[in-house]
Amino acid sequence: MSKKISRRKFLVKGGLGTLGVLAVGTAIFRNPIRREIIDFTDSFVAPYLGTGTEANLWFEITKHNTILLHSPKVEMGQGTFTGFAQIAADELDININQIEVIAAATESGIVDNLGTGGSLSIASMWTILRELAATTREMIKLEAAKKWGIAVQEITTKNGIVTFKDQQLSYAQIAENVTEWEIPSTPTLKPFKEYTLIGKPIPRIDLNAKVFGAPIFGMDAEMDNMLHAVVLKPEHIGATFKKANFTEANKMPGVVKIIQIDDWVGVIAKSYSEALAAKEVIDIEWHIPKKWSEEEIRSLITVGSGSEMLVQKEGNSLKKDESFLEIEFKSPLGAHAQIEPNGAVASYKDGKITVIISTQVVGITQKQVAKALKVSTEDVNIIPTFLGGGFGRRLNTYHAIHAVQMSKAVGQPVKYFFTRQEEFQNDMFRPPTHHIMRGKLNNAGQIENLEHHFASGNVATESVLLPNITNKILGADLGAIRGGSIHYNGIKNRRAIQWHKPLPFATSWWRSLGLLANTFAIESFVDELAIQGNKNPIELRLAEIKEDEEGIRLKNVIQKTQQHTNYSDKVKDGIAMGFACSTDAGTPCAQVVEVSIIEDEIKVHKVTCVMDCGIAINPDQVKAQCEGAIIMAMSAAMHEKMYIEDGQLQPTIFGPYQMAMIKHAPKEINVHLIQGIDKPGPVGEPPLGPIAAAIGNAVRRLTGERLTEMPLKLS
Amino acid sequence: MNISFIINNKEVTVDVKDEYTPLLWVIRDHLNLKGTKFGCGKAACGACTLHIDGAEIRSCSYAVKFAAGKHITTIEGLGNEENPHPVQQAWIEEVVPQCGYCQSGFMMATAALLKENNNPSDDEIDDAILNICRCGTYYRMRKAIHRAAELSRDQKS
Ligand code: FES
Ligand code: FES
Repeated sequence: MSKKISRRKFLVKGGLGTLGVLAVGTAIFRNPIRREIIDFTDSFVAPYLGTGTEANLWFEITKHNTILLHSPKVEMGQGTFTGFAQIAADELDININQIEVIAAATESGIVDNLGTGGSLSIASMWTILRELAATTREMIKLEAAKKWGIAVQEITTKNGIVTFKDQQLSYAQIAENVTEWEIPSTPTLKPFKEYTLIGKPIPRIDLNAKVFGAPIFGMDAEMDNMLHAVVLKPEHIGATFKKANFTEANKMPGVVKIIQIDDWVGVIAKSYSEALAAKEVIDIEWHIPKKWSEEEIRSLITVGSGSEMLVQKEGNSLKKDESFLEIEFKSPLGAHAQIEPNGAVASYKDGKITVIISTQVVGITQKQVAKALKVSTEDVNIIPTFLGGGFGRRLNTYHAIHAVQMSKAVGQPVKYFFTRQEEFQNDMFRPPTHHIMRGKLNNAGQIENLEHHFASGNVATESVLLPNITNKILGADLGAIRGGSIHYNGIKNRRAIQWHKPLPFATSWWRSLGLLANTFAIESFVDELAIQGNKNPIELRLAEIKEDEEGIRLKNVIQKTQQHTNYSDKVKDGIAMGFACSTDAGTPCAQVVEVSIIEDEIKVHKVTCVMDCGIAINPDQVKAQCEGAIIMAMSAAMHEKMYIEDGQLQPTIFGPYQMAMIKHAPKEINVHLIQGIDKPGPVGEPPLGPIAAAIGNAVRRLTGERLTEMPLKLS
Repeated sequence: MNISFIINNKEVTVDVKDEYTPLLWVIRDHLNLKGTKFGCGKAACGACTLHIDGAEIRSCSYAVKFAAGKHITTIEGLGNEENPHPVQQAWIEEVVPQCGYCQSGFMMATAALLKENNNPSDDEIDDAILNICRCGTYYRMRKAIHRAAELSRDQKS
């Protein structure tokens, strides 16, 4: 991963609060077109893409001698704020209780144009954040040196205190009187062994807020004099507004205004319940051009249909007249189903806009709102909150626009959030996929050919995150191909070919993108090859990995998994082990599941996961990410499925949309971390890869049946 | 119309226009207690779980009129930083929350379970805890439930 900083400047902002506030900023340039597209397709590791030339406020010293970090990345459960606090505190020479992290509002000057996602927050900020923190520490020392009339080298810093011999001052005491800060050149970072917080499994810094019910989410936000709104959207795929009668609804108690814009109707009332009640009596007619069926949608996503892209080409293709093994796999349409619904609290006043929102794309939302409301970007302040789950769903928060439009219509702040039905029917879904795996073993029992032909709906295509040109350059979908290549670099003849077609409704980023389904297909198939060749599936894989840098790391996680589980492909006491592995965004991960069949249901008892994500800033939170990712991927692999009925996306409520509950979760999840590189790598998505295939591989051992379709069910 | 109840040991009277307004909205929007969450509005996720006279209720689907005269406990009343409820203590020890949005509901459901059964087996936990956590914190949650049970047993003895 490369940092792309062509220029950096630090400067000071004054006048923020009564106390002298220290501000450090960076200016980071970027050229979106020159961004290495291939980096994206291959590893999806992109650098931190911060705002342009203006100075950005990062750290504030409070009078209680704590430091507030304005984070360009949001906290959606992944633990980034805790990681950032550890990283910054170690260079600032403060302890963990002396740092607080909040998501930066756009008016603070820090706007990350890439958003929070791709498991990149820590990886992309690792160096920048330490440099900024170290610079801040040096600035404080410089002021202390001036004050005491000594050389800066004579000063030490610890726990937010500067010390020279028997003299001591807190950072706050120094900052109090500084009117103009001197900015040193970026200091050398501390050697790793001097860090006392980085690498430690400290509790999350947001733990208390989340255990005692603090109002930290977008859903909890309010503004003075605020009204409540609900929105009516078409329930049929592709439907548009035809006509409506608001007479009855307008008479309902509490209703302030009903507006219709494009294909939605907003009901604004004094309370949420009143808005909801009024919505129920709206008489509305939609134009439904076509009632899509499940079969039609499914048939759009078929290998051989749509645009084709060669993702990987090593050696030769299989010829039609050769004999080889072929298996088809499928995955369904999936919902994000984050528990906090999407929404926003918005205020439009005299051309100035404020939006409080759970979003993964602060900068993009600011631009979208400015454009839609025809104001300049500077007149839009986006205040991000904690997110009640992100998972990629909030990489598009266009509904901020609706909230602002409603506020403008009534001249008051408006709080608008989705009903659960609206959430399910307007999700930016994980697209369905179709895979055809082909391959064969040679006489020596090695894999001679392995081919992955796969089809998917949009993931990256049409996304506001990427310039559309990237898809045109590459001819297919960047997100859908994640995990789609064959990562066994020892196999001579490898192919990955993607077929891509958009669906008549939005599909998009879902935690780990194509990885979940692609790994399911590839790793199930490799296991089947092992069975056909009468080989131990782990040994077969190990033999196909060449020891380049990536190969060594992958081999290592596989072998460690083998050791921790004593992997055997034999069923014992009704329990079978299933193995699978993947490398995602440069992070290799291997898993073994222990599975039995209880009352005709697949039961996963235990999962062992070994991952090499480089430096784990907080090993406990990295493990928590693995545990959560495993359970989320199990939920998707074994329970979840959206379908189309009578032209509508269904179901529209939890329950019918089956998700894993506590009873489905493995009672044991053992995560082992390896540090195979000397920097932090992506964490939040890689562990979603192996689990579906691992479960399928265990079931194959138990029943002889090869499961080829998610959600995985016994026939 | 006025409806009175006791919430987190405080007597309150709320003026609601519709007595069938879900209790959830009265608590969140009238009383400004935001710890009880909205997830679905259809009693399907458990994010809005609180206690009424000690029993677990999904407040999104419970008309405020039925709360009249009753004792309500929300996450804010379960415990606080100085004096956490055993469930909250266990949640802290096990570092359960990720995004945190579902957690109040789970802690309230767990507290209600432990009131009935201070030593639940894994199967009893599976039967009683029917909320949804999208971040998948179930593994730590199970450990925390057992730990909370242990803490509440210690408290009693
Ligand atoms: S909000 Fe009440 S159960 Fe989901
Ligand atoms: S912690 Fe995020 S939904 Fe449970």
